[in-house]
Amino acid sequence: MEADRKIDCVGFYCPMPIVKTAQAMKEMEPGQVLEVLADDEGIRSDMPAWANKTGNEFLGVEEEPGEIRVYVRKGPG
Amino acid sequence: MTEDAMTLIVFSGDLDKALAAFNLANTGASMGMRVNMFFTFWGLAVIEKGGLSRGEKSPMQWLMGVMNRGGASRRKLSRMNMMGAGTKTMKSLMKRYRMPSLEESITLAREQGVRFLACTTSMAIMGLEKGDFIDEVDDFVGAATYLSLAGDGKVNLFI
Repeated sequence: MEADRKIDCVGFYCPMPIVKTAQAMKEMEPGQVLEVLADDEGIRSDMPAWANKTGNEFLGVEEEPGEIRVYVRKGPG
Repeated sequence: MTEDAMTLIVFSGDLDKALAAFNLANTGASMGMRVNMFFTFWGLAVIEKGGLSRGEKSPMQWLMGVMNRGGASRRKLSRMNMMGAGTKTMKSLMKRYRMPSLEESITLAREQGVRFLACTTSMAIMGLEKGDFIDEVDDFVGAATYLSLAGDGKVNLFI
């Protein structure tokens, strides 16, 4: 999936991937897509929960062994 | 979208419980929640500067202050402290797994707009003054303030 911005959260555990996602999204424009690379399994459930709560759109997960890529689109704000 | 609110009563001064409280505060703030942390009783130690309080104290209060020194860096695990060895081990494990320390969590919470409130009743009992606390404390308040905030909160926890 194409992303406007990518952040690397490999090696970070809850709550850091979500905190870093929120920080990155603050600097992005509505409609832009953020890719979060992580290896904490919690992200699979946490990212849709975060997006739902904050008015952003969770686009999906792409997985390879040891690497989880999640995609979120910034909402209208 | 209406802003959700969360309140946390930090009653415990244990390292593990304080970490859990800040973990939730930081996640909540990242989720756009308005977060207020109300520090009371042993929890006050988490936001103390950590010096020996210079306030006027009774001998009992003085003894308590010496036996229970404040400051984020002095917090110990509630279990398996083992004269500090367990806490030291936990801190090094946290570093290895790139988890923020309690001090870093406090800084992060402030950056995210989490508010810190200190309970004045506990301060009086323990002989603590405003100057004994870190500058980040927003206000010194009582239970009515907490309850009013909790009334607006969807998540209110006692830790």
